Amino acid sequence: MTVSPRTRDIHHVDIGTARLIVAPGGAAAALPETGIGSTERRLDGDDKVTGRAAYAGEEMPPGTLHGVLVTSPVAKGRIVAIGTDAALAADGVVRVIVPDDMPALAAPSVPPVAQSFVPMSDTSIRYEGQPVAIVLAETLEQAEHGAALVDLRIEAETPTVFETAETVTPRTEGNGYILGALDPARGDAEAAMRDAAATVDAVYVAPTRHHNMMEPSATLAEWRGGALHMHDSTQWTYGVRYALSGLLSMEPGDIHVRCPFTGGGFGAKGYVWPHQILAPLAARLAGRPVKIALSRAQCYTGSGYQPVVRSRVALGADADGRLTAIRHDTENVTSTADDYVEFGNAGTRSLYPAPNLSLTTRIRRADVGTPTAMRAPHEGPGMFALESAMDELSYALDMDPLALRLANYAETDPANGKPFSSNRLRDAYAEGARRFGWDARPRRVRARREGPRLIGSGMASAIMSTFRFPASARVCLTRDGAIRVEAGAQEIGTGTRTIFPQIAAERLGIAADGIEMVLGRTDLPETGGTFGSSSTISVGSAVADAADALRARIEGLADGTLPPREAWPALLRENGTGELVGEGGFSLPGDAPFDAHGGAGEHSMHTWGAVFVEMAVDEALGLARMRRCVACYSAGRILNPVTARSQMIGGIIWGYGRAMLEKSAMDPRSARYLSKNLSGVHLPVNADIPQEIDVSFIEEHDPHASAIGVRGIGELGEVGVAAAIANAVYHATGRRVRDLPITFGDLVG
Amino acid sequence: MTTRPHDHPGEAMPATRFVLNGTDRAVTHEARVTLLDLLRERLGATGTKKGCAEGACGACTVLLDGERVNACMVLAAAVHGREVTTVEGLAAADGTLHAVQRAFVEQDALQCGYCTPGQVVSAVACIREGHAGSEVEIAEWMSGNLCRCAAYPQIVAAVQQAAAELGTPQGGASGAVQSTAPAARA
Repeated sequence: MTVSPRTRDIHHVDIGTARLIVAPGGAAAALPETGIGSTERRLDGDDKVTGRAAYAGEEMPPGTLHGVLVTSPVAKGRIVAIGTDAALAADGVVRVIVPDDMPALAAPSVPPVAQSFVPMSDTSIRYEGQPVAIVLAETLEQAEHGAALVDLRIEAETPTVFETAETVTPRTEGNGYILGALDPARGDAEAAMRDAAATVDAVYVAPTRHHNMMEPSATLAEWRGGALHMHDSTQWTYGVRYALSGLLSMEPGDIHVRCPFTGGGFGAKGYVWPHQILAPLAARLAGRPVKIALSRAQCYTGSGYQPVVRSRVALGADADGRLTAIRHDTENVTSTADDYVEFGNAGTRSLYPAPNLSLTTRIRRADVGTPTAMRAPHEGPGMFALESAMDELSYALDMDPLALRLANYAETDPANGKPFSSNRLRDAYAEGARRFGWDARPRRVRARREGPRLIGSGMASAIMSTFRFPASARVCLTRDGAIRVEAGAQEIGTGTRTIFPQIAAERLGIAADGIEMVLGRTDLPETGGTFGSSSTISVGSAVADAADALRARIEGLADGTLPPREAWPALLRENGTGELVGEGGFSLPGDAPFDAHGGAGEHSMHTWGAVFVEMAVDEALGLARMRRCVACYSAGRILNPVTARSQMIGGIIWGYGRAMLEKSAMDPRSARYLSKNLSGVHLPVNADIPQEIDVSFIEEHDPHASAIGVRGIGELGEVGVAAAIANAVYHATGRRVRDLPITFGDLVG
Repeated sequence: MTTRPHDHPGEAMPATRFVLNGTDRAVTHEARVTLLDLLRERLGATGTKKGCAEGACGACTVLLDGERVNACMVLAAAVHGREVTTVEGLAAADGTLHAVQRAFVEQDALQCGYCTPGQVVSAVACIREGHAGSEVEIAEWMSGNLCRCAAYPQIVAAVQQAAAELGTPQGGASGAVQSTAPAARA
């Protein structure tokens, strides 16, 4: 990476970092100068602010054809005929690929393939926006024009949507989307509810939303002999390799996937979607490289979405506020092809220790595409419901909402009795409350007014599952004394190009700046995907292991002690050694390929947080604004307080979007999204967001979850925010909104 | 039926001549090509990003004769005889970053980086327009640039830092519009 002269001097970012990491007792923790925990500036920042960072499809080999997908305008039916004459007659159109052109594919493995139905493999239409043909042309404009000339004859049928579909139990056999038991239960929740001093029972809806990542999915496929080379916008290069290896019956080693920078994904680019399958097939048929970049409109059906989650939550408590019973029934929309399950009650399993529990997890199959994970899956939509219900219970008990949470603090995981690997949620509650000034909050609703505005504050707990994957990494000392870190992992904005060098730097006792980070390629050591807040815990541990191995090899050449960095090149020369390589890895208990919240291990693993929000509501205008947010987290060791803070702020703003703006509305007659663009879909913009978002982390070192003290943070920031906002709106106005997003109509009058 | 010149969307235009980041360029292209696609697909200037192609996200923000525009909303032919500055044209020839670029790194005002070139170019114009007077004003005048990673508070801080370094322009600067941003937020 080229670093310009001016920023070489900026090693650290100074943005109020002194209060970011909170030591026991509430004092600011001392931050190290270098290595893990230092405020190292983002090492790929220069590449990103200058436009040098190259995203998928931005480097085109000569002869590349532009591919544009022709998609179905109806959600259910059968292709009768596809007229291609007009398209083929248009300037620059080279070929139009239709289902008849498609080779037979092996059955997809789901995941990494996102959907078990591969579009164009037959003539069926199973969702609106499904690809039915591909136009290849010399220029983008010619391909777009050609796509508009393709004549589709479709026999359409009336589609089913979430509202009209039947509620059913998901398939568990052979279903890669089952992450846990569907219906855990203990005790007798119904009986306990009857005997409770206070109860609440309500339905909460978190609607379908899209990832809306800034970089539309794009892929460039090129065949070189029998080998396939992809420059793909993905969160999982190895996943693309395995998906295509299965479908095309190719050796994995013949498929090379690279993605040095991913322009956002939030889950949309985690698994493998039709364009990533169709581009290589089109390139093979055309005998030329093919680039397919989804249009923004195609992003709404070209990959997944977070499905609507409808939760019914009932809580029963004794007079002291201790929960005696919890009931949480969830259902989500999915496609007819795949039983994707959004575990809306995932957080409910481990947050509060009620002796009586009844959870159910259901789906509704509709004529829509398959949903997928989106920041934050499962706990994101589900905790809106549970933490809204807890707020309602606090008013039913006339108890402070924070005191109610503390009365139900779980010392061990209620789901399985295991001790937590590390849990500082109690400290996070205390620190968050202190920073927010929670004690000064009036108990009553509608108690605070400033001019035309009602002011309210609300809080919520956050909990997120810890996901882990095996990983490998390599740290090399080059002949000229440079250090290079290699891992297949991706950089999607989470700062992997900064924190992996920081880890290696600490283990080697050197500065992170100047370490070369190579990632995002399948010819590098294998890692899992960059999703599920799993990269740092998994790949970071492997990098640490690799750096330790390299350090041992250097020490081995130098009589058992680590010589100063300057002496390393001479050491190599003296020993006649070229590049010195340290290989490292991270594996899971029982050598599992993946685990959630600790898997088969002895400890339960989650991350935690306490979110406090102040809302101002003008009932005459139906206007609500977030004035400030304070959030404190227990998430393990924080490798870089600066990049970590940015991730949490991002997550909080995602939560704001969930609460106040975002809903991918669907026309129930056509099963078609009403808005498929960034002007009709409301997303947070800069002016929506207050400058005062106060993020902090409790100083913590988790000895069990990873080799470097960390758990994960990326998704945690989104959790709880929507509930805290809805609870603050209730406190301000006495209006309880259970159906997101909170809109004008909920507040006006 | 006779066709007039350029009725056909795919018909080649005479060369469009313009100045891109200080260099004279002449490109022959179809009439329907946007400035954004010309930059990215024809000239290899991929620093300018394509997020929506309908003027809603700001990822393709460039300076056209010094004013910020969405390059997806400008036909390439319309820049004939004009000056275009993209993110590649902000740093000095020796690689020294523009004050705005440096501020974005220093304030960690970016994550995935895909919206960042548009944010940076937009911020340069925002400061020149005199719309960087307060946090609220910056947030209002930077709201044409979406950031889904949501680095908004850091972006405001970066614009503030760069504005302080570059100095606030006097009234009547190029592209300046009287601020209509609210003085305070609810």
